[in-house]
This record gives sequence, structure tokens and C-alpha cells, in this order.
Amino acid sequence: MSLAAAVAAAMFAGVVLYALFGGADFGSGLYDLTAGGAVRGGRLRVLIDHSIGPVWEANHVWLIYILVFFWTAFPTAFAAVMNTLFLPLILALLGIVARGAAFAFRKYAATLPQARLFGAVFAGSSLITPFFLGAVAGAIASGRVPLHGRGNLITSWLHPTSIFGGLIAVGTCSLLAGVFLTADARRSADEPLAERLRAQTLVVGLVTGALVLAALAPIHRDAPTLSHHLLGRAAPLIVVSAVAGLATLVLLWRRRYGIARLSAVVAVTCVVLGWGFGQYPWLLVDQVRIAEAAGARATLVGLLIVVAAAAVIVVPALAYLYWLTQSEPWSHQQATEPAR
Amino acid sequence: MAMTSLLASASGPAGLLPAREQMALSLGWHIILACFGVAFPSMIFVLHRRGLVHEDPVAIGLARRWAKVSAVLFAIGAVSGTVLSFEMGLLWPGLMGRFGDVLGLPFAFEGISFFVEAIFLGIYLYGWDRMPPRRHLMMLVPMGLAGIVGTFCVVSVNAWMNHPAGFRIVNGAVVDVNPWRAMFNSMVWLQFAHMWVGAFMLVGFVVSGVYAAGMLKGRRDEHHRLGFTVPFLFATVAALAQPLIGHVLGLQVGNDQPSKLAAFELATRTEGPAPLRLGGLLIDGHVRFALTIPRIGSMIARNSFSEPVQGLNTIPVADRPPVNLTHISFQAMVGIGTLLAVAVALFWLARWRKVDLLASRWWLRFAVLAGPLAIAALELGWVATEVGRQPWTVWQVLRTTDAASTNPGLWWSYAGVVTVYLGMTVGAYVVLRSMARRWRSGERDLPSPYGPGAAVVDEAESAAAGSATGSGR
Repeated sequence: MSLAAAVAAAMFAGVVLYALFGGADFGSGLYDLTAGGAVRGGRLRVLIDHSIGPVWEANHVWLIYILVFFWTAFPTAFAAVMNTLFLPLILALLGIVARGAAFAFRKYAATLPQARLFGAVFAGSSLITPFFLGAVAGAIASGRVPLHGRGNLITSWLHPTSIFGGLIAVGTCSLLAGVFLTADARRSADEPLAERLRAQTLVVGLVTGALVLAALAPIHRDAPTLSHHLLGRAAPLIVVSAVAGLATLVLLWRRRYGIARLSAVVAVTCVVLGWGFGQYPWLLVDQVRIAEAAGARATLVGLLIVVAAAAVIVVPALAYLYWLTQSEPWSHQQATEPAR
Repeated sequence: MAMTSLLASASGPAGLLPAREQMALSLGWHIILACFGVAFPSMIFVLHRRGLVHEDPVAIGLARRWAKVSAVLFAIGAVSGTVLSFEMGLLWPGLMGRFGDVLGLPFAFEGISFFVEAIFLGIYLYGWDRMPPRRHLMMLVPMGLAGIVGTFCVVSVNAWMNHPAGFRIVNGAVVDVNPWRAMFNSMVWLQFAHMWVGAFMLVGFVVSGVYAAGMLKGRRDEHHRLGFTVPFLFATVAALAQPLIGHVLGLQVGNDQPSKLAAFELATRTEGPAPLRLGGLLIDGHVRFALTIPRIGSMIARNSFSEPVQGLNTIPVADRPPVNLTHISFQAMVGIGTLLAVAVALFWLARWRKVDLLASRWWLRFAVLAGPLAIAALELGWVATEVGRQPWTVWQVLRTTDAASTNPGLWWSYAGVVTVYLGMTVGAYVVLRSMARRWRSGERDLPSPYGPGAAVVDEAESAAAGSATGSGR
């Protein structure tokens, strides 16, 4: 593997991890939005607070990691993406800002009307962010981002590949979140809530699966380069993804939530990897290849050193965080605090 | 922001002015939260440790509250920092497209420190009563270290813009890129020290000011005394160190960026020994309203009784920064910094002579004001260094007109950014105020109004909510 391809792979690993962990956080917005009124939805909203509260900021950093790697390793292509996809990017950014701020505000809001307002912002922006990030992916994958000059600000992302990309992103995020929240609800011994989430997640899974199937034909016409490889070298990934997606639904149906999390992660990982393998060796499909877009060699080496440092520093710390959140004392929403 | 409108250039690309406005607003907003990310964990550590070691319930209570406050502040800090990451590309494609692989490496390392900060913040916030107390306390240590590394990395990029290194330009192409030399450029250490210490000044004065305000309202308990003293101690050390660091940094600016120094000092022509011009404006090429003190300018700016300060007359007109804004911002920053340093020295001197200034309402009023003053000094410092570097984005390499986006739609995104930041400011203010009110009324854990701890609210709402179930929120 060339140096540039290694850095691109490291960057894309960030994309996969963001899609999984950041995606599961964003996906909780759908369930929050449809949880019902203050009384009916209260338990679910507290569960969401508790599930994503400790981890969402860490999961969010994968996006920073992707951006930083993109502009440092492939500066010209980064500028091109930012130039052409200005609108979906700034709308995704709006969602990111509103989601994070409103999530923190809601938790400490003093009154129910305030919590409602912040909650609506949190849930709504959780939905628009994955949509526009998916649309950005669709624009890159369908070859609509020219390396030089600015592509069309609107039509570059208003086309079947981007629209389906956005919808599939919302669907996969919601599926991940649904499976994780269902498992969390059972872990905090709230079986009625788990039942409700299970039913919703099954619907989300079916809709997402249908979306992926429905997207095949339009993407085939709209993004020939991508679709050629999707049906070629990336085909095994797509098959694994379909099988894992089906398995997730079956496991949910049979209330095997713990293992359903694993199959959901496999399904989403394979979808995202499929996109990556589908567009390799292009960085911007039909415009510039990874090797051509790469910046200075010394910088690429520097970035691999950053990857090594992250593997030593970040990965164990993240593992510790996730381990803690799954441990017994952390599974209860109210900590057992000493008496006043 | 008004300051950037002064920089309006008739000849720049369509996106130049809105890009500047948007960058100034989002950077100026984020920098305050970034300071909390850098300095607040250390202050919480001191209180939390005191609470554990001395079994001091007041200190533990403060640490618990500050942890909850930091949950709000760090969240909006994280998202407003993300805005800046996007803006690097959305607003300045001419900088990132051409120099991304030169300046990017410190950002990548900053990513690691951001990870560490976010991970241990999550553990610390949710670890209360769920972890062994000593280990829980230790979760603050990586956060403090991440603050140091993160500050260094981000400031490194700005220092590189002031003192570009690690590349050559041959026939317009960027060659011989060495990102390590770019990262460890000669400006970085002093600029880092200046910013890191500035963060402790800002947070120290703002937080101690909150408790000074409480004391002014007659809340003179141990809680307020401790809540004032710990951040004020941090602010003291920082405020006393800052003038020295700033002076040494200023000397280097004089060597490297003569046009910036000339603007700082309002030096229209080269003079040696140069006077110090306090205040004043440059109007039609003449200095007006300045208090001129002979020789001191050379002493302060050049560490010499006679060495000249290079004047603006030696700089081509096209390469001069906006002089008045740079000069006023710089001197206001120095003035506030000096005032704060004198004030903290006075406070501890009085304490040493057994006079407790906390008993004085005038002192408490000043302590409240010190918070906004420290914020102003930090913002003014950034205005001075950024505006003083103009017309360059990368000093003598890349003009700001060539760095900015050509997107004419940027005014819309600027309007959006203004709206969103206004909303976030109001939201943070409302939420933090109501948190303080609930704490004062005796609540401790601040349960969510929709959560299980809020049964009273639930019942009150149940009639209305029951009939509206499913209709959303």
C-alpha cells in the first residue's frame, strides 16, 4: 500500500467509526422526537440522556479527526469539497452545533417548557446532520465535486445519489441507535420501554432495508463509477451487510438485544466500507485519485505518527470509557449518592 | 463584529468581508469556552482534591457544581470548536488548499488532545459516586494535560501564520514541506505561553467574580469564600506572570513583524530612541490625542534605551495593517493586564498586612468587573495580533484577499452564524442562571424536568401532556 493510500485508509477508518459511534448518538434523535409527551416520553428521554451523555463528545471527535486528516493529507481536494458542497456542509454543521448545545441545555433545563424547546432542537438537529453528511458522501461518490473551480452549489448534492445517501445515513443511524437503546433499556430493567423501542427499531430496520434496495437502481444510473465497483469488488461487503441487517431484525424479533448490537454494527460497517471500496482509488470520484491528491510526503509520514499516537493514547482511553458505561454501577440512571 | 468591518477592502473577493466577520465572531466566541476547557479542570481538581483529602464538604460541593457547569460549557465549546474546523475550509480555501499539508499536523495532534479531553470529561462527569473517589479525581489530570497540548497545537498554527516555516515557495509552488518545522516554528513557545496563561487569567477572574457577586449580595459563607479564593489564586499567578511573557513576546514581534510593532506603537516614522504613545489615533497620517512619553517606547518594545522602533513610513502602503484598531486593541490589552496584575498584588499585600479586602464592597465590585475585563483583554489581544498581521494571512506569503472564499453567498452563512451564536449565548445564560437558582434553593442533583426525580412537575403536567400525547413536543 502506498503512503497516500495508508493515510486515506486511516482517514476512512475515522469515517467508519464516526458512522458507528457518532451515528448511534445522532440516531437517538428519532426516538426522542417520537417519544410522546412529557410523561409518556420522560423515561425514554432520560434513557437517551444516560446512554449518550457520557460518550457523545468523544464520539463527536471522530468528525474532527476526519476533517483534520482530510485537509492535512489532501489539501486541494479538501478545499474543493468545502467550496462545492458548501450548503450541505454548513447545514450539517448547523445540526451539529444545535444538537450538542441543545442536548447539554436540556439536561439542566429548569422548567418543562424550556426542556421541550431544547429537546425539539436536539431531536430535530440529530436528524438533519446525518442526512446532509450522507448527501455530501453521495456528491463525492457520484463525481460531482470538481478538483478545481466550484461545482454547482445546488445540483452537486440535489440528485438521487445524495438524496438516497442522506436518507440511508439517517436510517442506519436510527437503526444503530434503536438497537443500542433497546439493549440499554433492558439493562436498566425497564422492560416496557425496551418493548416499545424494539417495535420502533424493527420498523426503522425494515424502512432502512427497503431504502437501500430502492437506492440500487437510481444510484446505478446516477453514479456509474461507484456502482460498477459496488457490484464488483465491493459486492461481498454488500452481501454481508444485507445478511447482518436481516440478522439484526431477526435477533430483535427474538429479543436477543445484546447480540443484535453486534450484527447492527457489522451491517452498518459493511455499508460504509462498501462505499469506500466502491470508490477506491478515487478520492473525489472521476476527478482525482488518492495518490494524485496527496500532499507532501513528510506530512503524510507525520500523520501516520499521529495515527500511531492515537492508537496508543486514544484507543485504550475510549475502551475504558465504553467499558465503564457498560459496567454495573454505570447502568443505573441515578447514581447511588451518599445522603446529604 | 465591528472590528472587522473596519477592514473592508474594496478589492477583495466576494467572500472576503463576510468570511472575516464570520471568523472573527466564531473565533472570538469559541476562545472564551476554550479557556474554560484549558483552565477549569485544574481549578476543579484543586477543590475536589481538597474535598477528598481534608474531607471538606464545602470543597466537594463546589467541585460537584463546577463539574455540572463544565458539562454545559464544554458542550458548547466542543461544538463551537467544530464550527472553526469547518470554517477553515468553508471560508479560507485559499489557505487550506495551498498550505493544508504545511500547517495541518499540529491540528492532527490537537485532535488527539481533544479526544483525551472529551473521553475523560465523560468519565469525570458521570463518574461521581460510580467510581472509587481517588480514581475519579485522577480523571481530571488527563483533561488538564490535554488542555496544555491542545493549546500548544492550536496556537502553533497561529504562530506559523505569524512566522511561517517548514516550506519554500519556488515559482509559486509550495515545496520542501517539513510539517515538524512548521509546527515548532520560532514563535510558538512564547505565543503558547501567552495564551495558556491568558486562559487561567480569564477563567480565574470570571469564576472568582461570580462568587464576589454572591458576597456582594450578602452571601458570605465558607462556600463563597472558597469559591472565590481558589480561582483567584490561579488568576493571581497568571496575572503576575502574564506581563513578563507578554513583554518577551512583544520583543520578538518587534524583530519579526516590524509593521505590526509600528502599529502597536503608533510609530509613523522610524525613531530611536522611540517614545511611548499612550492612547491616540492616527488621523490623516498624523498622531492625535496621544500622551507621549520619551524613550519608554524603545525600552518596552526593544529592551534598549536607544534602539529605534521601525516606522510605518518604511512599510509599503499596501502592506500596512489597519493602524488604529491594532494600536488601540494592543494598548487596551496591556492596560487591562497591568491593572489586573496590580490589583492581585494589592490584594495579597493587604492580606499579608492582615487586611481582608473581601470585606470591602469596592473591592468586591472590582472583583466582579475583573471577569469581563479579563475576557476583554484576551479578545483585544487576539484583535491586536490578527489585525496587526494584515494584510497577510500567512505573514509575507499569502494575502488575506487570496486566502478568502470567492463564494458570494457567505453573507447568508454569516447571518446564520450570528443567529445560532446568539441563540447559544442566550441558551447558556438561561440554563446557567437557572442552575445557580436551583442550587441556591437547596437542590443538589438538578434532575431533568422530564426525569424521574421531577415527579412534582410530572404530575402538574400530566393533565395537559396526557391529552396531548403523541402530538410531539
